Amino acid sequence: MLELKNICFSRDGKDILKDISISFPDNKVIVITGANGSGKSTLAKIIMGIEKPDSGNIIFNGKDITKMEIDERSRLGIGFAFQQPVKFKGITVGDILNITAGKRLNRQELCSYLSDVGLCAKDYIDRELDSNLSGGELKRIEIAMLALKNSEFTLFDEPEAGIDLWSFNSLINIFENMKNNTNDTIVIISHQERILNIADEIVVFENGSIKEMGKKSKILPTLLISSKSTRYVKEEKSNG
Amino acid sequence: MDNIPNDVDKKILKTISNIDISKLKGAYNIRKDGKLFVRNTTPNINIITKKDKDGIDIIIKENTKNESVHIPVILEKEGLNDVVYNDFHVGENADVTIIAGCGIHNDSHKKSEHDGIHTFYVGKNAKVKYVENHYGEGSGDGKNVLNPTTVIYLDNGATLEMETLQIQGVTSTVRTTKAYLKENSNLVIKEKIMTTDNQDATTDFYVELNGENSSTHVVSRSIAKDSSKQQFSSNIQGNTKCFAHVECDAILMDNAKVVAIPRIDANNIDANLIHEAAIGKIAGEQLIKLMSLGLSQKQAEQEIIKGFLK
Repeated sequence: MLELKNICFSRDGKDILKDISISFPDNKVIVITGANGSGKSTLAKIIMGIEKPDSGNIIFNGKDITKMEIDERSRLGIGFAFQQPVKFKGITVGDILNITAGKRLNRQELCSYLSDVGLCAKDYIDRELDSNLSGGELKRIEIAMLALKNSEFTLFDEPEAGIDLWSFNSLINIFENMKNNTNDTIVIISHQERILNIADEIVVFENGSIKEMGKKSKILPTLLISSKSTRYVKEEKSNG
Repeated sequence: MDNIPNDVDKKILKTISNIDISKLKGAYNIRKDGKLFVRNTTPNINIITKKDKDGIDIIIKENTKNESVHIPVILEKEGLNDVVYNDFHVGENADVTIIAGCGIHNDSHKKSEHDGIHTFYVGKNAKVKYVENHYGEGSGDGKNVLNPTTVIYLDNGATLEMETLQIQGVTSTVRTTKAYLKENSNLVIKEKIMTTDNQDATTDFYVELNGENSSTHVVSRSIAKDSSKQQFSSNIQGNTKCFAHVECDAILMDNAKVVAIPRIDANNIDANLIHEAAIGKIAGEQLIKLMSLGLSQKQAEQEIIKGFLK
């Protein structure tokens, strides 16, 4: 279980997170939503340790991790899929999956993780993680990394951005597998109605504060009707 | 075999050419401390000692396919300044791999230096892959100096791919490469350098695109650590309808300094020349990404460097 207690974060005189307290229970899919600039991504970075809060505490399985570095948090069981995947010169898709696994994966294993995100291993494992790959391809590889890392607590920051409809379906499958097969917690930052639909709980952010939170059945209907500042994307119709 | 290699020889050969001397096949010429150590020739590849100066002529018959030539150099004798001229005559339509390299083992306070001057005459439609690795080691504080010069003449339709690697133990290097390209020929250069401590490395590329539809790709990737210094210069002369792409990428660490001096001269309306240069420290987001996968900052840096120089 991950708990945030009274997290405050401001930059350049602007309060980005205002006294956020929230518990993420085990074995749940929690979707954080809200307008752009409402503090969602900052919150994710604070949980991963990329940003440090000005005040407040982060407790993971009873342990205060507020001062821990990124890698320590990762080894404790926190994972983070970036909104903008990072590019590397020379590091291939196969390399990054091996780094993620902490060992050399065989071709069959590599193939399995890549096919889950709709990529054919033989076309990709030797390709570099650089601008030769499209934004959508990089995004799918980012998701494959986190599915492989299979952390106890995984954050996905707008995983659907730049992903086409076909891989969007497999993306949902990945979340559902992660949810069904383990006791892990998945936190997804998203505006997608279809992702909101797989949530157990929804947290709505507004101007650096939690506007409301609770079970999907309670939050989702009002969100879809009343939202003015946030555009929720209706589920797209697939031909397939 | 006329000379028996010792353990240091074996280790150096393994590092610079990835060869096990007892299993070496094809044509080879191993030079140690300024003298011929061991040589082998094949029906298609002859190696002849030069008479007018120190060095060899490597003569590859036309239509020779899938053969290789190893010409490593070992320097173990302290204080030696070894200058050698190696000329490669590659016959028409040949397709060969040439593996050169120099390893210095210097336990002394004296300077050890090897200057290899390699000239390639690549015949019509011939294809050459040329690999050159440079390496230095030893417990002494004597300088290990390597100043290779490569001159390349590509005839019509010829291609040469040159891969150079210098990652450890070379105190000072000035690497000069000059190339003259005729019609439809193609030159690819991939250079990888890492400098540490107070080392310095200078690389200088000069390419003349003289024949129609000739093309070149020059890619330099380097890492400068500690207080080391690097300078990359390239000068591409596009004299006809031609294409050139030069890419210089350097990662800076610690107190290192890197200078990139690009020059592209388009002397013809149909010359298409591109130069890209980027120097900077390891991107913070790359470190963050790898750390979020559980690597320490040091491990993350090592992975980034390993990938960059792969």
